[in-house]
Amino acid sequence: MVSLAATFGRGAMTNHWRDIRHADLILVNGANPAEAHPVGFRWLMRAKLDRGAKIIHADPRFTRTSAVADTYVRIRTGTDVAYFGGLINYVLTNRLHHDDYVRWATNAGFVVKDGYAFQDGMFNGYDREQGVYNTKLWAYETDDEGHARIDLDHPRSVLNLLRAHYQRYDPDTVARITGIPREQFLQVARQVGEMGRPDKVMTIVYAVGLTHHTTGVQLIRSGAILQLLLGNMGRPGGGMNAERGHANIQGNTDHAISWDILPGYLRIPAPRQKDIKAYLDESASIKQHPRAVNFFGENYRRYLVSLLKAWYGDAATKDNEFAFHYLPKPAANASWISIFDQALRGKMQGIMLSGMTATSIGPDSNQVLQALSNLKWLCVMDPFATTSSEFWQAPGMDPAKIQTEVFMLPATHWIEKDGSFTNSGRWVQWKDQVLPPEGEARHDHWILSELFLRVRDLYEAQGGKFPDPVLKMALPYANPRKPELDEIAQEINGRDLRTGKRLATFVDLNDDGTTSAGDWIYTGHYPEEGNLAKRRDGVQDPARNDPSGMGFYPNWAWSWPANRRVLYNRASADENGRPWDPSRPGIAWENGTWVGDVPDYPPTTGPGPDAPLPFIMTGEGVGRLFSNAVADGPFPEHYEPIESPIANPLHPEVSATPAAFRYDERAGRPNRFGTVADYPYVATSYRLTEHEHYVTQNVEHLVQLQPEAFVEVPAALAREKGIETGDRVRVSSRRGKLEVRAVVTNRLGPLDVDGRTVYQIGIPIHWGFVGINTGQHWLANALTPFVGDASARTPEYKAFLVNIEKI
Amino acid sequence: MDVSRRQFLSIGSAGVLGGSALGFDLTESVRIKQRLRIEGATLSHSLCPYCAVGCSLIAHTKKAANGKTELLHIEGDPDSPVNEGTLCPKGATSLQLAVSRRRVPHPLYRAPGAAEWKQVSWEFALDRLARNIKASRDATFVAQDADGNVVNRCEGVAFAGGAAFSSEEGYLATKLMRGLGLVHLEQQARV
Repeated sequence: MVSLAATFGRGAMTNHWRDIRHADLILVNGANPAEAHPVGFRWLMRAKLDRGAKIIHADPRFTRTSAVADTYVRIRTGTDVAYFGGLINYVLTNRLHHDDYVRWATNAGFVVKDGYAFQDGMFNGYDREQGVYNTKLWAYETDDEGHARIDLDHPRSVLNLLRAHYQRYDPDTVARITGIPREQFLQVARQVGEMGRPDKVMTIVYAVGLTHHTTGVQLIRSGAILQLLLGNMGRPGGGMNAERGHANIQGNTDHAISWDILPGYLRIPAPRQKDIKAYLDESASIKQHPRAVNFFGENYRRYLVSLLKAWYGDAATKDNEFAFHYLPKPAANASWISIFDQALRGKMQGIMLSGMTATSIGPDSNQVLQALSNLKWLCVMDPFATTSSEFWQAPGMDPAKIQTEVFMLPATHWIEKDGSFTNSGRWVQWKDQVLPPEGEARHDHWILSELFLRVRDLYEAQGGKFPDPVLKMALPYANPRKPELDEIAQEINGRDLRTGKRLATFVDLNDDGTTSAGDWIYTGHYPEEGNLAKRRDGVQDPARNDPSGMGFYPNWAWSWPANRRVLYNRASADENGRPWDPSRPGIAWENGTWVGDVPDYPPTTGPGPDAPLPFIMTGEGVGRLFSNAVADGPFPEHYEPIESPIANPLHPEVSATPAAFRYDERAGRPNRFGTVADYPYVATSYRLTEHEHYVTQNVEHLVQLQPEAFVEVPAALAREKGIETGDRVRVSSRRGKLEVRAVVTNRLGPLDVDGRTVYQIGIPIHWGFVGINTGQHWLANALTPFVGDASARTPEYKAFLVNIEKI
Repeated sequence: MDVSRRQFLSIGSAGVLGGSALGFDLTESVRIKQRLRIEGATLSHSLCPYCAVGCSLIAHTKKAANGKTELLHIEGDPDSPVNEGTLCPKGATSLQLAVSRRRVPHPLYRAPGAAEWKQVSWEFALDRLARNIKASRDATFVAQDADGNVVNRCEGVAFAGGAAFSSEEGYLATKLMRGLGLVHLEQQARV
């Protein structure tokens, strides 16, 4: 999560599920936890029932989360920057921010370099040719030692720039953009404003309703800025709580199945970085305050070298830069849409999909089908047939014309193997192998190991392009063709290579090749005494297992990093180490030691005015209200979705973000965006309770509960169009269509946006041309646009234009 | 004993109810079914495979007479500080994901232009795929870019996976794919 890393130094849910019960106010945006995370939702309900917390749900659709919320706010999809921006403005205008916290724990007083500008929707430093900003221009004024100049009253202090930036987000403007009535917005703002008091705490809960936008990173960052102003980061019951949508997205992000990172959020090297030093110069954060710990920046080299030792073993030596040049260096973005863009350009030869189906996931499924048709070969590893394994015989495809060689390899289910899942709250929990593999099914990692070793055999026999990283990769497993997940967990944890002993903490990792660790943030989960992810001291004995009474349960599984349950928890106590709210302590300095959670701070370092600052992962030592780690602006700004019914009321000439990546345009392919003239309605997609993306197409009970594809149509629009529940309708975008049944509903209603009525249509994802109900071949992502967020290149699944007709 | 609609569905799908249910003693069948589930079963700990709340599961298995391990039942683990024994509709039906007649039974191969799958051996599939990977790697490998930088990347092969991988599998996948020089590497987090 680019947004959180840009703001706090790490990109993960800051608190954990059980912790949400400590909140006084819960803002839910871009999420429907009651239906998408029903069991996690119990902790929101516990907050409400046990301590009278209020839930405010801002969502385009009145969902089951809205039904139990104290306030439901109907918001136009993709306009949360304006909503949070309005709240930021309200808090600053009425001086409701947590002043001590803001001065101590944020970069409010840092002075921004002269030249920073924001005018008519554009920040300074835009390169029109490339369509990108030079983010380096968004920097602080520095002294001779490279430390930032600090002066809260300076006209270019972050706080003053923030104030000026958000002044435009007055309640009327918020209403004009979001469709939230002015009075209702003010009612929300008054409640949020109270959360800046030290004895109050608010949490923000969000999911893909914020991330899946062309401005997704900024939508989340605006919530993070609000949380910093209110002093709610690091505190039990506070934080930015991202709900991950699949069992182990968090674990597989931590271990970097992602084009841009290496395990532990180390950046993938860039071509110009000729050696480790050059890599570190551009990757590791730089200390910008004399009291910043700059923990990540200071230790980056240790983590990289230890990773290279884990991957290349004896082949990684001081003399060869620890095999740094074995790491591939991408020329350009290589994320999800880029993969299929490359295939459309004829540059991608083969794709391996393991538990992922390209076709349904989209965006722009029809274009993805074309991309798969362009491949030489495709390998699908999955327990079930998927819309990717079967793409060549999808409705409308002519197999005779498709030259792609396709392999379908039966893989095992989660229950047929052990290993750990990391949940949204960063809890690393180990599972048993419950069943042996079914029939001929094989574990994905055994398939991949076997393929790798067969490729290695071919290089040994035939030679080929740069075989070294293939031949020299360290695979120190009892059977490298069938490695045990326990062996790999130990490798991830890391060892002292001089003694062979597993390490108990990442503090012991070295940069001279004497230690190895596959992922430094997991160092300590599997020390010499055993696999701590297996620990099960849970709620059967709260007195013993939860001594703080705060629900940390430190001996239930293990939480990265260092078994810490709440990130940035140093900020839960004031400068002197006293909890802001003694009834809800995170950590406290007592008798020369931090008690409570595992401190996110040097454990033996005391508090005080000369002590290190609280956010140890940033070079500044504080949370960033202003950040240059975001591609489309140091402050979030409201931009319209790439397809929008209106021009941006703030700056109509720069309506959508100028930094969004428009793949088709860049590749010289025809534009596939529609306009409001042809596609007058806003559509948003989402998941239903019974659905887990696409795999649940194969589960009988769940198919019984949600047997057929449908779209939700607002009642007023349905009346206009003569549509009744059960009628078949055609929903079309510039890219494709669905022909499914309509469900007429008041869950979606008309919005008054910028003086006109805007309707939103709801499109559940799930159905395709495989699964139990094979008659349901409509792909929701046939409708969604091929465009990526400026920073993360996340596709836009949540706001696009469609037309609807009764068939 | 009352039989809820949910239990009724469960009984129906398990085949206890049979085709003509009228007059059948449901109460007794539920009692017998539940007793049988518990008797002699092995208890293991698992986790829900769906959303990332991370609910703990207790799975009951039993060795059948033919030596096969049968998955009898899955329920929420009451000790977990996350779910305290509860499960949602997806978690509660996770047994149907684990044990399914819809699984792909053996490797399949679809030749260019073919209209049908062909059943193949693992040996055939792995051998041919390894050759494809090497050929594509060699054909699209860039050791040095136009500026003379050492980049050692394979541009023409992509890997995406991992939403239901164990973390350790995911780590190994990253390691192996980077080892091959892949730059196009992706999973569910972004989409």
